[in-house]
Amino acid sequence: MSEDRWIKLAPWIWTIGLFVIWESAVRMFDIEVFILPAPTDIWQAIVKYWSPIWKNSLQTLWTTSLGFLMAVVGGLALGLAIGWSRNIYAGLYPLMIGFNSIPKVAVVPILVIWFGIGTVPAVLTAFLIAFFPIVVNVATGIATIEPEMEDVLRALGAKKLDIMLKVGIPRSMPYFFGSLKVAITLAFVGSVISETVAANSGIGHMMLAAQSQFNVPLVWAGLVALAVLGIAMYAIMALIEQKMTGWAHRSTAK
Amino acid sequence: MSCPAPSRHTKPSAEDCVTGFVDLRNVRLSYGGASSATLALEDLTISVAKGEFAAVVGPSGCGKSTLMKLATGLIRPNAGTVEVAGHEVDGPVSIAGMAFQNPSMLPWRTTLKNVMLPLEIVQPHRKRLSRERSRYVSLAESLLELVGLKGFGEKYPWQLSGGMQQRANLCRALIHDPALLMLDEPFGALDAFTREELWQVMRDLHAEKQFTTILVTHDLREAVFLADKVFVMSARPGRIIETKDITFARPRPIDLTYEAGFNDVVHELREHIADARAAA
Repeated sequence: MSEDRWIKLAPWIWTIGLFVIWESAVRMFDIEVFILPAPTDIWQAIVKYWSPIWKNSLQTLWTTSLGFLMAVVGGLALGLAIGWSRNIYAGLYPLMIGFNSIPKVAVVPILVIWFGIGTVPAVLTAFLIAFFPIVVNVATGIATIEPEMEDVLRALGAKKLDIMLKVGIPRSMPYFFGSLKVAITLAFVGSVISETVAANSGIGHMMLAAQSQFNVPLVWAGLVALAVLGIAMYAIMALIEQKMTGWAHRSTAK
Repeated sequence: MSCPAPSRHTKPSAEDCVTGFVDLRNVRLSYGGASSATLALEDLTISVAKGEFAAVVGPSGCGKSTLMKLATGLIRPNAGTVEVAGHEVDGPVSIAGMAFQNPSMLPWRTTLKNVMLPLEIVQPHRKRLSRERSRYVSLAESLLELVGLKGFGEKYPWQLSGGMQQRANLCRALIHDPALLMLDEPFGALDAFTREELWQVMRDLHAEKQFTTILVTHDLREAVFLADKVFVMSARPGRIIETKDITFARPRPIDLTYEAGFNDVVHELREHIADARAAA
């Protein structure tokens, strides 16, 4: 086989290898299932509890996607505003740094006071945590316009809006689509945190319930479900990024 | 000034006035705040006639690029006056095209669309562009052909070499048919052969279109080959310490740059700059 094909197969080989080592280690050292279940135990749990896993996965996917979409809209808007005006930048940036440094799990109790337990706090936590990387990336893309380009356009009489539309916004798009990959992963962190603390559905809630019943394989099945969801969403974002801003990759690939 | 007093019956206009197309008089410019201001230009006077090709040379950091921004209205002088086409400059002059050392092509646009970018900004082209797109496209294509980029319009900038990008950059500076072309070391980052090629491209463009040109450069051979008039600037704060008329007949062949008379002029300019550096 050629080297290229080996490289294409490598992710699968390594993943399968990891599970094989895991399985044999559990069997060899006779590790108790409530310490570390073997992959086959987890698989059995997935088959056995397929219906709740599926339902709760859909719930988590729904809250995450909703929070993520809000983060995309809000992050894009605020990023453009910050990139547009140095005044907004100067005023808002320190606030955002401060806000971003608050662990989002600490916000969940407040959200619960406002909205009760359930879907709303999960959506909002996902939004709050996914929002920041989008803002920073979009603003960076706009703030790093080459000064020569700006001079060329300004000398022609271009208004600020012209420069934003012709240069700033297209230029920030690779940053924006790149940030979506980070943001979607963070959105899962946010929604699952909220589900573990204050929800009655979703993967996070399911895992917490399983834990309290010492159903360890189901806890791990929840982790696998989250990994699958996360990888799938990441892949979708990467695909969107490639489709939308292929020019940015081509220009560095040369 | 050689500008005659306007008669009572006619309004003063650029035609009445026999001073230059670009006039900077006793300009002073400083950067930064009142306490830590850097004086970039001091008592600088330059006059470039319509259609003339002027070059500005000087030691590095003498404020050559500041001069460009003044003449295009991107910055305003602290003292003195800047006039372009008979009007005092009080904001960006849209009759100017600019090209810098960095070609700054937009990577998401094809070369043709990059060249056509100024048309989306400058009036009256801006409002005509969508209606008369095919006419403007053929205008851009003929300009690309003129600089030797025929057939490259659909290529993206990253598919072009540095020299080709710089040719496209020139086209972008010229697409809206500016009366004034400002060049800030446009060939500085190119290899020697490509640079000579582009000198000839620039010479032919100027011969054909007769726009007024101000070329800022630190390459003396480039200045002498292309310009009708070379201004030598002092070290900061920049002033004009020497104005040299270059009288070689046009069209100038590139071989001229290897002749003794040409080198004498280059030498003379070089000594002025050496003096300016020593004085600094």
